[in-house]
Amino acid sequence: MIFADDNAKKLVPYVTGGVTEDWADCLRAYRDNGADAIEIGLPFSDPMLDGPTIQEASDRALARGTTVDGILAEVRALRAEVPLIVMTYANLALRPGFAGRLAEAGISGLIVPDAPLDEVAPIRDAANAAGLDLIPLVAPSTRPDRLRDIAAGAQGFVYAVSVLGTTGERDRLDAAAGPLATAVRTLTALPVLIGFGVSAPEHAAAAVRDADGVVVASALMRRLLDGASPAELGTQIARFREAI
Amino acid sequence: MGVMSEPAERGRFGEFGGRFVPESLIPACQEVEAAFRDAWADDRFRAELDELLTVYAGRPTPVTPARRLSAELGLTLLLKREDLAHTGSHKINNVLGQALLARRMGKRRLLAETGAGQHGVAAATAAALLGLECVVFMGERDIERQAPNVRRMRMLGATVVPVGSGSRTLKDATNEAMRRWVADTAEAYYCIGSVMGPHPYPWMVREFQRVIGEEARGQVDRVPDVVVACVGGGSNAAGTFAGFADTGARLVGVEAAGGAAMTGGSPGVLHGHRSMVLQDAHGQIAEASSVAAGLDYPGIGPEHAHLGATGRATYATAGDDEVIEAVHRLARTEGIIPALESAHALAWIVRNASDLAGLTVLMTLSGRGDKDMEMFQ
Ligand SMILES: Cc1ncc(COP(=O)(O)O)c(C=O)c1O
Repeated sequence: MIFADDNAKKLVPYVTGGVTEDWADCLRAYRDNGADAIEIGLPFSDPMLDGPTIQEASDRALARGTTVDGILAEVRALRAEVPLIVMTYANLALRPGFAGRLAEAGISGLIVPDAPLDEVAPIRDAANAAGLDLIPLVAPSTRPDRLRDIAAGAQGFVYAVSVLGTTGERDRLDAAAGPLATAVRTLTALPVLIGFGVSAPEHAAAAVRDADGVVVASALMRRLLDGASPAELGTQIARFREAI
Repeated sequence: MGVMSEPAERGRFGEFGGRFVPESLIPACQEVEAAFRDAWADDRFRAELDELLTVYAGRPTPVTPARRLSAELGLTLLLKREDLAHTGSHKINNVLGQALLARRMGKRRLLAETGAGQHGVAAATAAALLGLECVVFMGERDIERQAPNVRRMRMLGATVVPVGSGSRTLKDATNEAMRRWVADTAEAYYCIGSVMGPHPYPWMVREFQRVIGEEARGQVDRVPDVVVACVGGGSNAAGTFAGFADTGARLVGVEAAGGAAMTGGSPGVLHGHRSMVLQDAHGQIAEASSVAAGLDYPGIGPEHAHLGATGRATYATAGDDEVIEAVHRLARTEGIIPALESAHALAWIVRNASDLAGLTVLMTLSGRGDKDMEMFQ
């Protein structure tokens, strides 16, 4: 269980682990400004589902010599007091002992965008054995029978990808987002969060009309890459909090 | 399951293969698989492809005995001449198949990634022939070193999109093409250039390249002792091996020393499938490096990983210097300038000539070297 069992709208901001020296301060700033959980991206060299902003954040983190173990050590020392979710790619998630190391660092959920339903079993088994939830993604292109299967096996929450596309800021929330979230909500009692392209507080407000919450990533990473401080990102999160 | 037949459930070749793509691409992969199964069982589709391969691509390509080089090396070297196919490499075989499939699926646009540019040129060519749009992703470094092919693609009406991320080579072009596909599955067909990617691509591309091996099998007096081909992703090798997998021939794939996924890599997931990949101790994909842009790739198709694991094929490497020497040697002895990629296979044969003494060696000459001339000036 990642979220409290209530009807409050959930806000999940994202940060790429190791993107800057003081990236862990983002976790504190997010927490202090109303995040219900925080998504930490473990940078991968070949992020298939990420647009330019998160690619740049991953590249910057890797160029700084960031490693998974280094990120997890910082997370463990932090005692974040808010549920932490890791997002990373299958090549990292399939490494032996991976889920156990996440659990030790206090992570409670895992998202692997390139491990779809058909390939997810070994990752889910390892995650569950370590006490982690494996959070699935659904897309606007997911067909109804598959949506049902994914929802049935979901843990933590369901991540509804709002667009047919990669992560990245957008001018407005894609029209596909609402209907997708609505469809998933009839299939599971777990919260359904909309992510991808939630770039402004208004988008978040629109998203939670149909969904239980939002994930905000590229809009925050864009500011961070452009030089914003963790505190400034915290202020931004407070605005999102207010909007939903 | 016989050797090099249909993959097992979920696109598996032993423990390799699969479909490691975002949920948004699953319906697109399923659609390609269904369309390919349907087309491959349809005599009219096969006949149309065969006709294009004959009247357009120039098949069958000959097997040329390399007489002078054979005498020098003390073995019998036979060259399967994919350099004589239209657009100058084996890539056209696969692309004509996939472009016909895309048209059959009602797609308007081909997306392709390219390293040496040969797949990009083939894709641009097939798109022009069938009236499709074509967008080719190419690393900035490859755009520099394969300039003639960039010009050809543009002349054929394709849009060439430079990719500046990562190593700025084939790996990154592939990432970018996949990202574009995620956003464009309704209109675009992703035309992958080698035996890689999510199921059904590794299988489908091998079936489209099977023509190399089957033709060669019919063109030789007896089964060669050794069958050799260069390996980037491994499509020319897979197509060649498919024609000889059920024989006693020794099958050898030759990778670039700086991109040797089989000898220097470990199991991992890259570009939609599980195979052998070059990666560091933390699981980050390593950057490959080779004079040959088409072999400058840290992965290999999953069926090769399986053929290697089961011992049916063996994999070796060739280094830049011996490869360049091999290009010159073939040019001087046989009057054939091979692509740098193809010359990897030749370099391996030259290096191992004493072990191969007296044997018959069939080598797939995957492409011609026109695109590489700058490297020799
Ligand atoms: C002439 C030639 N041979 C070989 C290759 C490598 O591709 P594959 O390993 O799929 O045969 C390329 C790729 O660009 C090429 O241009």
